[in-house]
Amino acid sequence: MTRKILQMAVLIGSVTATGWLLADSHKHGESKSLPQVSNAKWAAECSSCHTLYHPGLLPERSWSKIMSGLDRHFGENAGLDPLAQKEIAEFLVANSADHAQNRRSAKIAQSTPAQSTPLRISETPWFVRKHDEVRNDVWKRPKIGSPANCTACHNGADKGDFAEARIKIPR
Amino acid sequence: MNKMTTSSLALLLALAGTNAIAAAPVDVLKDYAATARKENPAFKEFSAQRGEALYQAERTHSKGAKVSCAACHTDNPKNAGQTRAHKQIEPMAPSANPQRLTDAAKIEKWFSRNCQDVLERACSAQEKGDFIAYLLSIK
Ligand code: HEC
Ligand code: HEC
Ligand code: HEC
Repeated sequence: MTRKILQMAVLIGSVTATGWLLADSHKHGESKSLPQVSNAKWAAECSSCHTLYHPGLLPERSWSKIMSGLDRHFGENAGLDPLAQKEIAEFLVANSADHAQNRRSAKIAQSTPAQSTPLRISETPWFVRKHDEVRNDVWKRPKIGSPANCTACHNGADKGDFAEARIKIPR
Repeated sequence: MNKMTTSSLALLLALAGTNAIAAAPVDVLKDYAATARKENPAFKEFSAQRGEALYQAERTHSKGAKVSCAACHTDNPKNAGQTRAHKQIEPMAPSANPQRLTDAAKIEKWFSRNCQDVLERACSAQEKGDFIAYLLSIK
């Protein structure tokens, strides 16, 4: 009994370790990319319905508000068990725009008025400015759907890569 | 149980959250069958036909929108569907997507979200088993 459980634990442990190594061996992108971050629960729970939004794209207060209202999340129920919710919230806060040490996050933090707590990246003044060349009807194309679908145009969005050279707007 | 076993069990439990231990869909069905019998003594067995009806049925949500399981998962469980946020959902039928229905906690999480989302109530154990029986019947 004991041995079986130990073997199981070792097996699971090594799967976890491999996941970490793979994530870490990924080379850091150019300076404009947001820093590589990883948390297994976040990656699993926050990517099933949409792009895995990098924590450096919103300030701490936004993530805290999003994470405390997951059961009514943009009209859907994204509720989590309390342990997962706490772990993901802490991860998001620690890497949020006002805590991350990179130029992009610093700009996002500065350009978001202190008295506002945006729940959408796509409604921050920073986002609107960066996308002022995208026409309204483009957002509505079937392969895009809404500004929240970053991955439709930024292939590397899940990894925080928004480099201009790799932007491709689907027809 | 000795100390070693207890601590490795604790480790296992801690890790279970990140790396779910694969379970076969039949194991999940056994659990749902046991609960279904408790919920309804007349329960006999799961039915793929009832499961299909649940999968395809469209109803009007109290907020006015037409909703169904098929709306996100498409009317054919072998096809990829799409979330409301426009992300692709891999096919639901294990014959088309072997990753499906292998993690009991994940299955429960999505039943509780999606039944609420579509039916505005929880699904019964029988409905869950019927739904899975339907997915498994697709070759
Ligand atoms: C059950 C599906 C579901 C899950 C799970 C989910 N979300 Fe969402 N989320 C949505 C929907 C739907 C929207 C709105 C998308 C749209 O407007 O196109 C959204 C939007 C968002 C937005 C705003 C996007 C924008 O417009 O800039 C953020 C931020 C967000 N989610 C964070 C999270 C985080 C963090 C998690 C994990 C804890 C999570 N979501 C899990 C369904 C989900
Ligand atoms: C319709 C396609 C489309 C979608 C969807 C989209 N973007 Fe963009 N994005 C663009 C275009 C076009 C630009 C402008 C590039 C330029 O200025 O030349 C851009 C620019 C950016 C930039 C600045 C790049 C740089 O190097 O200056 C960032 C960061 C960015 N987008 C993030 C996002 C995020 C985050 C989302 C989702 C919440 C998103 N985008 C959704 C098309 C899109
Ligand atoms: C708003 C979109 C949406 C609707 C409506 C919806 N689902 Fe889902 N469902 C999802 C998403 C997203 C997933 C996660 C897919 C993944 O992880 O690949 C999922 C996953 C599941 C799973 C887990 C599958 C697994 O492999 O463990 C089950 C079971 C499920 N849905 C049942 C249902 C039932 C029953 C209904 C109707 C009552 C329904 N869904 C309606 C979006 C939806």
